Amino acid sequence: MTMNRIDQRFAALKAQSRRALIPYITAGDPAPQHTVGFMHACVDAGADVLELGVPFSDPMADGPVIQKACERALKQGTRMADVLDMVATFRDTDQTTPVVLMGYLNPIERMGYDTFAQRAREAGVDGVLMVDMPPEEGAEIAPLFAEHGLRSIFLLAPTTSPTRAATICAHGEGYLYYVSLKGVTGAASLDVEAVERQLAPIREMTDLPLCVGFGIRDGETAAAVGRVADGVIVGSALVSRIAENADHPEAIPAALKAVLGDMRDALDR
Amino acid sequence: MTKFSDLTRLPDAQGHFGPYGGRFVSETLSFALEELEKAYMSLRDDADFQAEFDRDLAHYVGRPSPLYHAERWSQKIGGAQIWLKREDLNHTGAHKINNTIGQALLAKKSGKPRVIAETGAGQHGVATATVAARLGLKCEIYMGAEDVERQKLNVYRMRLLGAEVHPVESGSRTLKDAMNEALRDWVTNVDDTFYIIGTVAGPHPYPAMVRDFTAVIGREAREQSLAQIGRLPDALVACVGGGSNAIGLFYPFIEDEDVAMVGVEAGGDGVETGRHAAPLTANAPSGVLHGNRTYLMSDASGQVSDTHSISAGLDYPGVGPEHALWKDVGRVSYVAANDEAVLEAFRELTRIEGIMPALESAHALAHAKVMAAAMRPDQHIVINLSGRGDKDIHTVAKLDGLEF
Repeated sequence: MTMNRIDQRFAALKAQSRRALIPYITAGDPAPQHTVGFMHACVDAGADVLELGVPFSDPMADGPVIQKACERALKQGTRMADVLDMVATFRDTDQTTPVVLMGYLNPIERMGYDTFAQRAREAGVDGVLMVDMPPEEGAEIAPLFAEHGLRSIFLLAPTTSPTRAATICAHGEGYLYYVSLKGVTGAASLDVEAVERQLAPIREMTDLPLCVGFGIRDGETAAAVGRVADGVIVGSALVSRIAENADHPEAIPAALKAVLGDMRDALDR
Repeated sequence: MTKFSDLTRLPDAQGHFGPYGGRFVSETLSFALEELEKAYMSLRDDADFQAEFDRDLAHYVGRPSPLYHAERWSQKIGGAQIWLKREDLNHTGAHKINNTIGQALLAKKSGKPRVIAETGAGQHGVATATVAARLGLKCEIYMGAEDVERQKLNVYRMRLLGAEVHPVESGSRTLKDAMNEALRDWVTNVDDTFYIIGTVAGPHPYPAMVRDFTAVIGREAREQSLAQIGRLPDALVACVGGGSNAIGLFYPFIEDEDVAMVGVEAGGDGVETGRHAAPLTANAPSGVLHGNRTYLMSDASGQVSDTHSISAGLDYPGVGPEHALWKDVGRVSYVAANDEAVLEAFRELTRIEGIMPALESAHALAHAKVMAAAMRPDQHIVINLSGRGDKDIHTVAKLDGLEF
């Protein structure tokens, strides 16, 4: 595998002993024309990797905040093809920040895995995280992504058994996304000690960066998780800011920067 | 073509029925599904468990359900003899109870004090609330807000039984959204909660497990046909939403190559109008939803379509993965019945046989009527009368301009 932007970014972070800050926003929320600007704003505020949500009609693993973001984005007509165009536009001015598409399998299934992988690569996508594609079901899909240089990012959860964790580590690429709690996105706060305990055996199994998401709301939680993980992923806390400002989207970049700036400072302290 | 005997050996170890089925779920649920699979596989062949299941089916559900010869209706149609497998006579009024009895026993054996379920027409919700009451389990039901409105009677029944009913306001506010919400609950409360899925869809092992618990319908119908008709029927007909009652009837006949099988989907305003819930009939492309790959109604960009049917229980954009395979290998044919024909069949059976069918089951009746007319009087059709129509009286009355 040649290095792609995700690998390069984590290698650089490791060399500097820094933690990755990974924001998630839903593409097309509150309207498609704003998304690329939000992506740049996240990078300006210190984001290392961007997770861009592909809106889906049935976001089963998401709580109300991201469900509503999907509804707003879909209402504005945001579809997979539009999301790929957004990434391509983002790449006009940013060739270094890795972009991971996050979402559910069906929009890719409909486009066709090969077509999707080719178009995603052309657009400048670096990785794919499909919530409803565990490695077992990805056995035929992940190689198609790999052919086009896309990393398949998999989830680990507090309920993952050691046997499964070994399988996931063996199939994982780019980084592993550790879901900090049992629940949907935007759920209650996480327990850092429990996360630390659960990450320890996973560290033994893999050299991949371990990033933690779900329940990270502010600088304080980000810093606490940053002490035990290689990166922190923040979604609902940002998407809530977008929702609050949906009627005056010009205020959103500053709102995103405020949340991420605090986290960046806390992580680098 | 696949040999039909091969079909009885599915799913494979990964829960696949050919290209369909599987376990497309977020990681948090993987362990729970592995545990459920293990528990189910060990109990499936456990004589004590099976004996307890059979005892409950006999004394609590009231099985075996009769196979009734609808002589007057057959005569009026003037073709094949029509037989009704009377699942409407089960306790709680539909076939759903067979599966919930089985899953609730599993929940009890797994030590889970809380059960959840999704429901469309409310029959599965009622059946779940019923077994939960009997076993002393806490029960919460997710139901699309639109269905809560059109199935008020069942909502009240569930509440009387001690269940908490959550109207789901997201998405299209119907069955698929109820299932999304139930999955969100499960992922949050996975330690103490057993999710009783009501149809042969969802992630492995649900499609196989629900099939096995429901297949008592077909086992009885097969024996009853031999005893009452003197041979196997020429055709089986059942309605298909997710497809549990159809699989329950069809599965034990799958190797009987001379028995034709027809699954009848919800044609709504007509498959050609796009306002329907008939993914198999419409040849919807394959997709992934609710943990399995199957025929799925979605737009060109993969967003799941809103569906339409007069019956809340069939108002679902996907279908059980085993049906998808049965269509592909040609073992079962799938057709659709439109709302109008369904209502006509509902009224006809009520007036001619004194049996008021559920609107879901009336889909099977509507198509069987067409089939029977083209067959000879010495031929026989067995229809799964999967539920009774009491819950639909409000819907039908409204069409007659009456409000209670």
